[in-house]
Amino acid sequence: MLRIKKWFDSGTPYIWMNAGAVSISIIMVVGLIYLIAVRGLSHFWPADIAVFDYYAEPEAPKERLIAEFADEETVSRSRAGNPKYEGDFIKRDLIKMGNRDITGLDFKWILNAGIENKTYPNEVMVIERREWGNLYGFLVGLNINGNKITENNLFWSTFQNRIEESNNIFDEIRHIEKDLIGAINYKMERLRLDERSLELNQQKTPENLIILEDKRRELKEKYDALVNELEKLYTELNSSSFTVKIADGQEKTFQFSKIVRAVKPNAMNKLDKIRHYFEKLWEFFSDDPREANTEGGIFPAIFGTVLMVIIMAIIVTPFGVIAAVYLREYAPQGPTTRFIRIAVNNLAGVPSVVYGVFGLGFFVYFLGGSIDELFFPEALPAPTYGTPGLLWASLTLAILTVPVVIVATEEGLSRVPREIREGSLALGATKAETMWLTVLPMTAPAMITGLILAIARAAGEVAPLMLVGVVKMAPSLPLDGNAPFLHLDRKFMHLGFHIYDVGFQSPNVEAARPLVYATSFLLIVLIVALNMVAIHIRNNLREKYKSSEES
Amino acid sequence: MNSPRQNVNYRKWRYIKDSMTSYLMAFGGVSVIFSIVLIAFYLIYVVIPMFKSAEIHEISNYSVPNVQQGDSKIYAIEEQREVALRLDDSGNIVFFDTKNGEVKKIFKLNIPEDTKITSTSAGDPTERIVSIGLSNGSFLLFQHNYDISYPDDVRLITPYITFPFGEKPIQINTKDTPVNRINAQYDGEQATIVAHGIGSRINIISFKKETSFLSDDAEIIAEEGNVFLDSTTTDIFDLRIDIEQRELYVADSFGEIYFFNISDKRKPRLVQKVEAVKDDGEITTIEFLAGGISILVGTNQGNITQWFPVRDEENNYTLERIRKFEMQNAPVIAIAPEHTRKGFLAIDKTGNFGIYHTTAHRRLLLEKIDGLMPKKITIAPRANAVLIESIDKKLHFINIDNEHPEISFQSIWGKVWYESRDKPEYIWQSSSASSDFEPKFSLTPLAFGTLKAAFYAMLFAIPLSILGAIYTAYFMAPTMRRIVKPTIEIMQAVPTVILGFLAGLWLAPFVENYLPGTILLFLIVPLSIFLATIFWTSLSIEFKANVPEGWESAILIPVIILAGYISLEVSKPIENLFFNGNLPLWLTQEMGIDYEQRNSLIVGFAMGFAVIPTIFSISEDAIFGVPKHLTRGSLALGATTWQTLTRVILLTASPGIFSAIMIGLGRAVGETMIVVMATGNTAIMDMNIFEGFRALSANIAVEMPETEVDSTHYRILFLGALVLFIATFFFNTAAEVVRQRLRTKYSSL
Repeated sequence: MLRIKKWFDSGTPYIWMNAGAVSISIIMVVGLIYLIAVRGLSHFWPADIAVFDYYAEPEAPKERLIAEFADEETVSRSRAGNPKYEGDFIKRDLIKMGNRDITGLDFKWILNAGIENKTYPNEVMVIERREWGNLYGFLVGLNINGNKITENNLFWSTFQNRIEESNNIFDEIRHIEKDLIGAINYKMERLRLDERSLELNQQKTPENLIILEDKRRELKEKYDALVNELEKLYTELNSSSFTVKIADGQEKTFQFSKIVRAVKPNAMNKLDKIRHYFEKLWEFFSDDPREANTEGGIFPAIFGTVLMVIIMAIIVTPFGVIAAVYLREYAPQGPTTRFIRIAVNNLAGVPSVVYGVFGLGFFVYFLGGSIDELFFPEALPAPTYGTPGLLWASLTLAILTVPVVIVATEEGLSRVPREIREGSLALGATKAETMWLTVLPMTAPAMITGLILAIARAAGEVAPLMLVGVVKMAPSLPLDGNAPFLHLDRKFMHLGFHIYDVGFQSPNVEAARPLVYATSFLLIVLIVALNMVAIHIRNNLREKYKSSEES
Repeated sequence: MNSPRQNVNYRKWRYIKDSMTSYLMAFGGVSVIFSIVLIAFYLIYVVIPMFKSAEIHEISNYSVPNVQQGDSKIYAIEEQREVALRLDDSGNIVFFDTKNGEVKKIFKLNIPEDTKITSTSAGDPTERIVSIGLSNGSFLLFQHNYDISYPDDVRLITPYITFPFGEKPIQINTKDTPVNRINAQYDGEQATIVAHGIGSRINIISFKKETSFLSDDAEIIAEEGNVFLDSTTTDIFDLRIDIEQRELYVADSFGEIYFFNISDKRKPRLVQKVEAVKDDGEITTIEFLAGGISILVGTNQGNITQWFPVRDEENNYTLERIRKFEMQNAPVIAIAPEHTRKGFLAIDKTGNFGIYHTTAHRRLLLEKIDGLMPKKITIAPRANAVLIESIDKKLHFINIDNEHPEISFQSIWGKVWYESRDKPEYIWQSSSASSDFEPKFSLTPLAFGTLKAAFYAMLFAIPLSILGAIYTAYFMAPTMRRIVKPTIEIMQAVPTVILGFLAGLWLAPFVENYLPGTILLFLIVPLSIFLATIFWTSLSIEFKANVPEGWESAILIPVIILAGYISLEVSKPIENLFFNGNLPLWLTQEMGIDYEQRNSLIVGFAMGFAVIPTIFSISEDAIFGVPKHLTRGSLALGATTWQTLTRVILLTASPGIFSAIMIGLGRAVGETMIVVMATGNTAIMDMNIFEGFRALSANIAVEMPETEVDSTHYRILFLGALVLFIATFFFNTAAEVVRQRLRTKYSSL
């Protein structure tokens, strides 16, 4: 008894409890990263496709299914809805059957006990489509420009070649529709605004109108030419088709224009799979999203995030540095400055959604509304800057992160040894010269640390952006070939918001989930990397001055 | 070499540069700081107008138009408040310009010679129906309508009159009984009219238009009935039907209200008779509030009460007095309810003019208008103007500036008895499809949700982070600390949208499936640590010597993973054995505890995870920063490490730990994405850990993009943001002040 009391008095069990808390934290942190990485990165690996018979109940008629196995779980009988199969626990599989346009749903939970005759035939293929998700089935027929091909040894390669051709045509169509016609539409809209602006300025004279009319006619001619070309491309695109036998034996015919790629995952070897994996990964980074963001890539979101962060950095750096220099070097050090310092520190802790509210009220409605009235009266009542957009999002995040830059820069300034300043002043330099030539260069790493931390914070914020300019699907990038090239008034897409939107607002969550994990992984890697760089710079800086302080 | 002249110039230039830089820095610095401070002021600037009183000013006054033809019976104003209508007792309808009284159009009703208008009343203002009772026992219904056109880009309003049931008066009483009181409602298809002549009998008539399939003509089906008041001596003061045409309220001259159910027009039923005015008071006016649920009763004692039917436990409706508004002591002579909001205007006999709002229980204005003794009053549909006829036969057109009447301290933070509710409650419900909806702007459930989230998050985060910080700072081997500390700290930077997504889409279904196991985790994991400790102590000293000190937590990692695995493995058998295989369902059915998939437990986990790095990092710094000579002194005097920790280190570092908790709390209160994604976002007030909530921050993020600029809803969301701002500012300042004190303390030790 006494021994136990002594043991407790020594504190050993308490120390171990404390150690346990650290262990739990570490497990959670590592587990989180692991979970996201595994779920996000495994999505691009081509899964094997099973063909099997399924009995929903022991006596039920069999169904033939082609599917990939996405998930499995074991649940109690009552949670499984008391199925007719035996056992206290029921094993269920989540299968992805694709063919959403034919069967209505592409994911389904089935009972493991009802699966029979499972095979993995080499001939089964997965077709990624631009609409309706994946298609699973067997290729049974081709129709290339009217030539019917039913069976020969070039079957698969002809099919692949045709897909590549139609993808090229499709890219061309997209280029014409989006870039060329988009530019014409943009110019047409400018002309309409010019006309309205002439009207507002009482200059709507026939001479001016004729100039506008000429420009319009020119654009119209270009437009008509493009439409002709489009028509030709479309005819070519739609000239071929292929026939697929799906799970229940039906044969369906599809246009080549609707598909992205076709693969036979069961027939692939390791090398093929790795190639396919990286192809998909590249598509994820570089392509536009398809099907309400649940398929395809996230390029516009990456682009929007990066562009917003760059604009924010351009705004926040000078202002943050000036404020820090003022607070540390120029302001009289007294209770007021101390109070301001505490206030600035605290602002870093104010919830980001509050900044969003401020940004919406002050920047968007107040500033933006005023700008519209002054400079864009021709577009009213449609707002130009009086609506959430890239500029306001960047400004809001700049205000949100300016305390971070101020605090980091101030810390850097406070670490510059006094002797350096005094030495410079003693040699006859003015205060400005001392600052510019000695103190600020020494503080540069601290400023960069602050900036990196600010960027990391801005890249991960979502709540304020929901109010000031981020949308689920932006029709065009904020940077394009139409003057003035950078469109600060446009809405944009953002990685963080993409996660929220696809994860929670998407009609097909099951299909979208792996993409959300992948996006999360990308974002987390980006932000952790930025932070590590910042920490590294800061530590180096501290080491550097520690030695100079001590000596 | 420069010449001396050049040198002087150069020095001047340097001097100018120097002073310019200092001005530039001062200007730049001050303006950045100013713009940061601007946030607080801008929030306040948007919030303030909600608490302003109403303001009025007279636009114009002029003689009553067409006054020679007869006395005024009723007035109305159209939507744009440009044209008004006046009906006199000989059946002339005059449309006139509200600005100057200029007559625009005169219309004569089809009333037989030598009959007079004996009563009039207006129905639901959105239908613009007016009912007229005549001295020959008949009545007439008309609607006043307005066409708006824009010839030459100028708005032109053309008024006209329509008669939904014909231009000819319809008999309701016998020929020799004039219609002394009348009220009617019409919803475009059905109309119900109640009329009173003399005595205690009230006639009810209902018309329904039915378009037959064969012809375009509408067939009119009539239903008739009547009600009697129980006492024959009472004199009926006024009658009102609700817009659904199901309830009839009759006020008598003794201050009593009869509440009839007239759903079946042939068999009306008296539900209740209540004494609306105490102490011999009399009812002087009775009106429906917008939406037709509440009635407002003005008395000769100078107060106005609001009543509506309240459903009790047996589903019976009784008329209850909800609120009372004091005016002055003089009798209230008229009430003009607003058309779309739950506010009303009132005038009394001594010339007081008041603006009130029922939900907020707020008097926005009470004043006498100079030289104006009011007689009749009518309000513009947008509640932005009022037309008052004074006893000297003049009309006063008065502008009202009253943007946000629905807000008061009571309506934001207190319990409010909303229409159709059986008791006062805290409710947040900011919008609805119907236009006469009563907005429910109680921030209390939202603030409660925020605190609930923070509470569960802190419950999870504080023990883990502070115990972890103690170990890391004091016991852990330095090599391990160099890895562990940055690993945990870097988690601070993980975007909360990722945590929210994982919590909502991965953790919530997982916990629902493994609920018994999740609860067991809290038991088995500490137990396993304890057992591991005992096991370790029992090992031989030689073996232990192989492992350097300060690596306990590395040893524990596999133990905890194993414990977690075991508790999840036994989850399903336990659930099958004790809870019929489905614990959430069992909780709901057997214990009456509701289970939502996205609940406070999930938020506790996710948000706890988000604040652990913050609390851990700051308190670890505080503990690690305790001067080493204190520890060494204590150990030298013979204290064990544990005694040194509890009696010396924690005591010294406690302010730092406090400030860490404060900052963590500030973060938890303002966190948005986790609460948006990991709860159901329903504004309920319940501490149940298995139910969700709606937090202030989530509410702002969800509703802000959809509100109309400068509306009350917009401003109240700003108020929510201001509350968050103040709360976090308070937590952070407290933390910062404590931390600064600690810093001076350490340096003096």
